[in-house]
Amino acid sequence: MNELHINRRRLLQLGSAALLGAGIPGRLFAAPAGGARFLLVFLRGGYDSTNFLIPYSSSLYYEARPNLAIAKPDPVSNTGALALDSDWALAPAVRESIGPMYLQRQVAFVPFAGTEDLSRSHFETQDSIELGQPMTGARNYRSGFLGRLSEVLTGPAHLNSSIAFTDALPLSFQGAATVPNLSLKNVGKPPFDERQARILSDMYAGHHLDAAVSNGLELRQEVAQEMAEEMNAANRNAITTKGFELEAERMGRLMRDKYRIGFIDIGGWDTHVGEGAASGPLASNLASLGRGLQVFSSTLGSEWNNTVVVVLSEFGRTFRENGNRGTDHGHGTVYWVLGGSISGGAIVGEQRRVLQNTLFQDRDYPVLNDYRSVLGGLFRTLWSLSPDQSSRIFAQSSLVDLKLI
Amino acid sequence: MRSLRSCIACACIAGGLVLAGCATRTDLARAPAMPLHALRREDTLWLERASFGIDSASVESYQLSGRERFLDRQLHPGEAVLPAPIAAEIAALEVSHADPVKWLADVNAQYKQINLMPDGTDKETARKALNDRGNKLAYEAIRRDLLRAVYSPAQLQEQMVWFWLNHFSVFQYKANLRWLVGDYEERAIRPHVFGHFKDLVMATLQHPAMLQYLDNNQNAAGHINENYARELLELHTLGVGGGYSQQDVQELARVLTGVGINVGDQPKLKPEMQRLYVRSGAFEFNPARHDFGAKTLLGQAITGRGFGEVEAAVSLIVSQPACARFVSRELAIYFVADNPPAALVERMAQTFMRTDGDIGAVLHTLFMSREFDAALGTKFKDPTRYIVSAIRFAYDGRPISNTRPVLNWLNGLGEAPYGRQTPDGYPLTEPGWASSGQMSRRFEIARAIGAGNAGLFNPEDGAAASVAGFPQLSNRLYFEAVEPFLAARTKDALNRANSQQEWNTFLLSSPEFSYE
Repeated sequence: MNELHINRRRLLQLGSAALLGAGIPGRLFAAPAGGARFLLVFLRGGYDSTNFLIPYSSSLYYEARPNLAIAKPDPVSNTGALALDSDWALAPAVRESIGPMYLQRQVAFVPFAGTEDLSRSHFETQDSIELGQPMTGARNYRSGFLGRLSEVLTGPAHLNSSIAFTDALPLSFQGAATVPNLSLKNVGKPPFDERQARILSDMYAGHHLDAAVSNGLELRQEVAQEMAEEMNAANRNAITTKGFELEAERMGRLMRDKYRIGFIDIGGWDTHVGEGAASGPLASNLASLGRGLQVFSSTLGSEWNNTVVVVLSEFGRTFRENGNRGTDHGHGTVYWVLGGSISGGAIVGEQRRVLQNTLFQDRDYPVLNDYRSVLGGLFRTLWSLSPDQSSRIFAQSSLVDLKLI
Repeated sequence: MRSLRSCIACACIAGGLVLAGCATRTDLARAPAMPLHALRREDTLWLERASFGIDSASVESYQLSGRERFLDRQLHPGEAVLPAPIAAEIAALEVSHADPVKWLADVNAQYKQINLMPDGTDKETARKALNDRGNKLAYEAIRRDLLRAVYSPAQLQEQMVWFWLNHFSVFQYKANLRWLVGDYEERAIRPHVFGHFKDLVMATLQHPAMLQYLDNNQNAAGHINENYARELLELHTLGVGGGYSQQDVQELARVLTGVGINVGDQPKLKPEMQRLYVRSGAFEFNPARHDFGAKTLLGQAITGRGFGEVEAAVSLIVSQPACARFVSRELAIYFVADNPPAALVERMAQTFMRTDGDIGAVLHTLFMSREFDAALGTKFKDPTRYIVSAIRFAYDGRPISNTRPVLNWLNGLGEAPYGRQTPDGYPLTEPGWASSGQMSRRFEIARAIGAGNAGLFNPEDGAAASVAGFPQLSNRLYFEAVEPFLAARTKDALNRANSQQEWNTFLLSSPEFSYE
């Protein structure tokens, strides 16, 4: 009930009906306890967070990136980097998408976030984050943290409520066998018509795979129905979205209507060469991600107020640019937390001034906010988890409360 | 549609003109003049499990020789003879002739050179060309694996190649492994699949693919990297709870210092070090990087003496009863049941210990056991087994020309060869593969195969397909080996099919086809 209370308080605080949008407040307040939604967006490749959340008060930033630095925010201009406070500015590429959400306090950033994994290997670090297990001791490769979260939340309200919007079930969801996965990138018409789907299901009636078979076939039908809605919408306003925006819209519909815990990964962030600055490959990726998240939030409608999104990546990149106008594998990064009723509009967590002597190994952001502590803290508040439940998800982790929810 | 089945059978006998798939069926011609005794359910299932799925040729071979002789031949396959068109396809692959280990130096140098080029199109083009070549080699290795899995008469050998590749899993996208995976299979895994377990461990330990994948090439005195040492104990030999400690991991890592890769000149060494230097292909033991201090592993003292320590350590590890049990249990999970009977695992482990880790002997114990027979029909096929068995059953020896769709399906189901990021290999049990998303995708694959429009017969060079058409699954093999054992629900579904393509799809989607 805690979150609902806070929702109400937030609305009163803001004194604004704008937040409600076209949503139906009754639906929001009638949401079942534990009904929060959560989406994890995993940026694979290690995105250059330093050119996303720009430490513009740091002269070191401008020295370290002669070709890649993004110009300081200009208070009178409506373009370029957007100053969030006296130290940090938002990349121009997301000024129009994430910028307004930040001003509405629906976005917060956690700089100096990450893992103690120091391999600087993409796949080892991605794995260790997705497994979410302590760094010391034997690893269980069959158990991801979203899988454990799904298990902890198992119950009537959460049955069949997790989904991975990916081609294969990601490591994060390992261990929870009933989690469906379906990439929404290219969704064709459902492979089977209703008669065929029924015949296939009938073959498994009474079999222990009965539920898996019928759920799987149903999901495809459901997605097809959602797509029909998409077609209608497209016909009405003739704006067609594509790429991640389209995927995000589809995710938004599925999460609004059925699923509570979602996962998506996006590649293309490994910018060793020709990364670009205010524009260029990184900026294009960020722009697409920002617009996608904006679409996701609006598609959820009033349920956006019950939803939290975390965007993370396996590591940050080197603070200094390399010889190829790119950046190499680093350590600390910036996590994003988004949600309709979070206390956003802030840069949160442990922080340092960005100086040469605060860089980790004189090259990267340090990690001051451990991913397990941050995510575990969010989960605890979102679903009012007991200490025991929390430790089943992230064993041996001290949770932090970023006071966002 | 009640009469559809018999109609289809007529059409098939009448000739291949009505249904294109029939035209390619050769089993009628190949079948012996005298009908063989009908297969019992347990024979069909036994054969299904001891192979990548039944086809006419394997059924005939089993019927002619009986179980024991069939198994004996499978365990001693000699040089397996592939159908001529498949042998030709494999022979035409670059990976079948290349020695990428020899080129590693050149490849590494090229990557270095590209990195030094000024940014721009030339650099990107050069990088892409080199990457494409590596990707092509890795794909060819996968293509060869898949063709052998579908067409080799030595089916158990192919299953064991898959099993050991998974047990000693490597990931093609780490470092330059895509250049090496074909060689890894061919030289480190394949020669030892029925041999002594220790030889398998030593072969993988010395292969540049494994050395890079688990970072032992970076493990040196004073700069310890424990990654490989840990997985060698945990995943390859003793298993979690196999009686080793963190101290053993650290000691083994010290033993393994200096075990790495060299594709360039021999390092300059002091004379006393010279004689301890070992080099074979890209594998190198460099004594200058080795920790010569005394070690204690699993309670045994190991005196510092160079690469001999590594051989001694591996001998010690594989002679542990925990290793015999762990490896036996993994084999039993793959071939018998998700929770294999403890008594069977123990008998297999006894065979392992009695025979100095003779894998063929351990498999003989497994396949001739009561427990194996008792578990028939209950093992959920992992994606590779499912897809390969469907192709074997549907096309029954007819050579496919395109393996891209097969790889796409494996990707879609999450079991691409050399595609497991983590060193634990793919799961061998049902929960890893029977999620709702997986099941519906499986049915889509069943339909692609059953409807015959999957592109398996489109040449990979993009030339027009020579033959099209859907397969004829209601064939002699079906009536002899499958139909008598179908459940009522499955028969009912088949009777509701509106077309042969749909009938094929339902059969390949049925519980009977999903389990073996």
